Amino acid sequence: MSVSDEAQGAQGCHPPYAWPEYGSTRWRAPQRPLAVLPRNLTEVTGPLLGADRVGKGDDDLTRQHAGEPLGQRIVVHGRVLDGAGRPVPDTLVEVWQANAAGRYRHAGDERDSAPLDPNFSGAGRTLTDAHGRYRFVTIKPGAYPWANHANAWRPAHIHFSVFGRAFTERLVTQMYFPDDPLFPYDPIFGSVPEAARPRLVARFDLDATEPGWALGFQWDIVVGGRRPTPLERPAP
Amino acid sequence: MTARPTPAQTAGPFLSLGLDWALGPCVVDPAAAGAIGIGGTVLDGRGDPVADGLVETWQADGAGGVAEPGPPRAGRFRGFGRCLTDAAGRWEIVTVKPGPLPAPGGGVEAPHLDVAVFARGLLDHLVTRIYFGDEEAANAGDPVLRSLPDDRARATLVAEAVGGGYRLDIHLQGPDETVFFRV
Repeated sequence: MSVSDEAQGAQGCHPPYAWPEYGSTRWRAPQRPLAVLPRNLTEVTGPLLGADRVGKGDDDLTRQHAGEPLGQRIVVHGRVLDGAGRPVPDTLVEVWQANAAGRYRHAGDERDSAPLDPNFSGAGRTLTDAHGRYRFVTIKPGAYPWANHANAWRPAHIHFSVFGRAFTERLVTQMYFPDDPLFPYDPIFGSVPEAARPRLVARFDLDATEPGWALGFQWDIVVGGRRPTPLERPAP
Repeated sequence: MTARPTPAQTAGPFLSLGLDWALGPCVVDPAAAGAIGIGGTVLDGRGDPVADGLVETWQADGAGGVAEPGPPRAGRFRGFGRCLTDAAGRWEIVTVKPGPLPAPGGGVEAPHLDVAVFARGLLDHLVTRIYFGDEEAANAGDPVLRSLPDDRARATLVAEAVGGGYRLDIHLQGPDETVFFRV
């Protein structure tokens, strides 16, 4: 990999704030240029959120109620890595998602065209192990319509939140599923530079697929993507 | 070996499902010595409250000590707060005022919190800082505040001391738009 490829990988991956195709950015995206925050102590350190935030079974979204949720049972696993490719061990991973019908268990999701599932809350937490690995059991979320534009549908996705090792490595993102036909129509997926979009898509993983029980998907999360800083000069 | 970073995506309107937790706003026990409230309102470019957002904070302890990277350990200063915004866009954490921190080149950073704002309509979270209005001398020497273009910009980061706590509104857009940082 050339130096310029590395720079592109590190700097060219995050979406812009202002993105007219995603209507909610209109009144929320900052209009002024961003200022540069040096990487001083507050920026190079970060919260150490441990096992006290993860309860037994929080990593299995199919066993949080008396019965099993409806839908395709899946295993989602991968690693949390830093920008140098090193695993981030013992770090908190949080997920939330819609149910198999594409409905969130949230007061703000008032759509009555899809049912809630009494056996699915749609939220989970886990810690990575010593090798930076995480693993969730859940059901595949459904695609769902939203009001952004005419006949708008979000591709199926799981929201992920990770912390990395420093405040500047904080990352909240979405994991998508392979070959979703909705990708070309989704302004949120499409807000990411084209070359970086594949990094949001999990890989079908036959090795993680459990015979007779659950399909496997593998997705690594790499923290530490730098936001482009046009005026930045290399450190002396 | 380098790894290509994962792009950010919006936390969306239902972030409370995954990112809310018990006592999230309590960086310290509210009964602890020196506990103060720091909060405000998050507003959009029309001046409407952002009622579906989340504010996270990260800071040094009262003596300017910062938790070092490493495995979690009991008794360590956590330094981290998170608070959902309510229907009026308000949030508040309970914490201690951080101490000053050394800056490169022999300088000193004034007491501050790093802040991340998550919401529908923010494709990536926003990063800002909160300083303290009763730390005029320290703020005047702070290298980050000094790097900003003008007093309007600086003022957007300085919380007002009110009734034993501090208040600062976060404006995502508009004439009072808060200074946000690239990290």
